[in-house]
Amino acid sequence: MNIVVCVKYVPDAQAERTFNASDNTTDRENVDGLLSELDEYAVEEALKIIEAGEGEVTVLTVGPDAAADAIKKALQMGADKGVHVSDDAIHGSDAVATSLVLAEAVKKIGDVDLVVTGMASTDGTMGVVPAMLAERLGLPAVTFASELSVDGGVATIRRDGDASTQTITATLPALVSVTDQINEPRYPSFKGIMAAKKKPVETWSLADLGVDAAQVGLDAAWTKVESFAARPPRTQGEIVPDEGDGGAKLAAFLTERKFV
Amino acid sequence: MAEVLVLVDHVDGKVRKTTSELLTIARRLGEPSAVFVGSGFDAAKETLARFGAEKVYRVESPEVLEHLVVPQAELLAQLVADKAPAAVLVPSSPEGKEIAARLAVKTESGLITDAVDVQAAGDGSGGVATTQSVFAGSYTVSATVTKGTPIVAVKPNSATPEELAGAAADEVLDFTPSDAAKGARITESKPKQATGRPELTEAAIVVSGGRGTAGDFSKVEDFADSLGAAVGASRAAVDAGWYPHTSQVGQTGKQVSPQLYVACGISGAIQHRAGMQTSKTIVAVNKDNEAPIFELVDFGVVGDLFAVLPQATDAIKAAKD
Ligand SMILES: Cc1cc2nc3c(=O)[nH]c(=O)nc-3n(C[C@H](O)[C@H](O)[C@H](O)COP(=O)(O)OP(=O)(O)OC[C@H]3O[C@@H](n4cnc5c(N)ncnc54)[C@H](O)[C@@H]3O)c2cc1C
Ligand SMILES: Nc1ncnc2c1ncn2[C@@H]1O[C@H](COP(=O)(O)O)[C@@H](O)[C@H]1O
Repeated sequence: MNIVVCVKYVPDAQAERTFNASDNTTDRENVDGLLSELDEYAVEEALKIIEAGEGEVTVLTVGPDAAADAIKKALQMGADKGVHVSDDAIHGSDAVATSLVLAEAVKKIGDVDLVVTGMASTDGTMGVVPAMLAERLGLPAVTFASELSVDGGVATIRRDGDASTQTITATLPALVSVTDQINEPRYPSFKGIMAAKKKPVETWSLADLGVDAAQVGLDAAWTKVESFAARPPRTQGEIVPDEGDGGAKLAAFLTERKFV
Repeated sequence: MAEVLVLVDHVDGKVRKTTSELLTIARRLGEPSAVFVGSGFDAAKETLARFGAEKVYRVESPEVLEHLVVPQAELLAQLVADKAPAAVLVPSSPEGKEIAARLAVKTESGLITDAVDVQAAGDGSGGVATTQSVFAGSYTVSATVTKGTPIVAVKPNSATPEELAGAAADEVLDFTPSDAAKGARITESKPKQATGRPELTEAAIVVSGGRGTAGDFSKVEDFADSLGAAVGASRAAVDAGWYPHTSQVGQTGKQVSPQLYVACGISGAIQHRAGMQTSKTIVAVNKDNEAPIFELVDFGVVGDLFAVLPQATDAIKAAKD
């Protein structure tokens, strides 16, 4: 079983995230980055499948030089090898272009049975790259899995929906996106950290993938951010201690604001 | 005037409020044409007509829904090719976004997700001008689509539904999903019991409980019911098994933007804020006066929720009588 896990390097959500004023793209230089927390669940799930059977986990990222950190973390967790697609032309790419580059990289890795992704990146939070990638690869996708099993060439997931809980199957090769309900990602062990240093990481450019630079990057984006503005900080309202009348005061506030 | 396709969100013909919002938005861009997939059209027709759908393209084959989103993306792609619409609007739900993502690639069109406002572009180009809220609600972004047919996934509560009679003339489409669209299928579906409360993302008022409930949501629910509110939960409460995951508010749960959000026994971690920060009015009840949630509130009570909520519930009930 060959599994590719797509992981994204994102600005730390705990830090002040912002935009580059010059081109309205996400600022990825001045904010410390890391492996998107939600992609750790994808790495963990892939490792569990391989550990229960056999095969290999390749982690794939598209991102700037610093994104090598995301691969390193996944290798430390236990993935077997890494592929880093890095090219200056990729800067400013939207989900559509990112999915194109990911798709070509998955094809080049070759012989892939299962692609596993996170449910959404913690920066863009669009949650559309998995479906776009599946579309480009011509794969069925089962998304937002809170449970996954792979058996006899079929991936089966459980999905917790508003109206119902569903069991969904897809024939391999397939793409699965996982939620943070699916497992508890492991921390890299000391052994894992040492072992990661010897694991192979390939760095590919767009030329290596045969992708025309004109198809990616800011200029090729199919959408354009015209402007951005920080939301005015909320002004803190009244805070009262409960001196036996806290509930009454709360009701009075809600009545005054016409919520009652 | 060009058509604007609106993918109808419904359960067996019961049309969700988001659809009337999308039809209202569609009228700003052109002439709304609803796209209805599945059974129950007779029940849906009246609502679609009331909110201005001039046409309804529909497909009844159960096959389409059984195979999840790909057939729906194929159907919309066929309509985009046939009707050359000015835009395609879908609900910004996980399913809606997945359909939109595949449609964007199929039709080589730009996609905007999680829009909180959609207007016709000011330059008269026939394009769309959208507003999104990003980075956990800390920034507002204006974006446009520069390629293909604008595809916009719109969040619930992004417009006030306005009634305007439409013909809702229906046309049953000849559509068969491709074999490739059938790679995934729903093999089992266990319906959930209805709570009788409003749906979380659509509700005007949301009351949420966190770890501070210590597993007892009864006071949170009573308070919510006195206000006719939906009930939400923090991830800590969901992970502890106290409340269903579908009620989780936050980065990996639902993103809500109600008129009023009340956080009870919730500290206000960044991942929780990501799901409620854009609420119009925010209220918190928390024992700890240093809880970060208080940075956001319009009104806060520092106190024990087991004392504060019942008192507030009683006062609200009394005021209503
Ligand atoms: C990848 C990832 C995704 C996440 N996604 C989400 C998400 O979608 N949604 C989400 O909510 N969290 C999410 N989290 C978790 C988040 O970081 C917090 O751990 C969580 O929100 C904390 O929940 P809480 O506020 O209920 O609990 P706590 O942080 O433990 O806060 C409990 C609060 O209750 C107060 N309290 C205790 N007893 C009482 C009482 N009797 N009366 C009044 N107040 C009382 C305490 O003072 C405290 O402030 C995510 C975390 C990660 C890593
Ligand atoms: N640049 C990237 N490199 C690798 N994987 C990515 C990248 N962007 C998105 N993904 C994958 O797609 C998922 C959803 O991302 P998004 O659609 O951006 O929210 C992530 O959890 C990743 O698994």
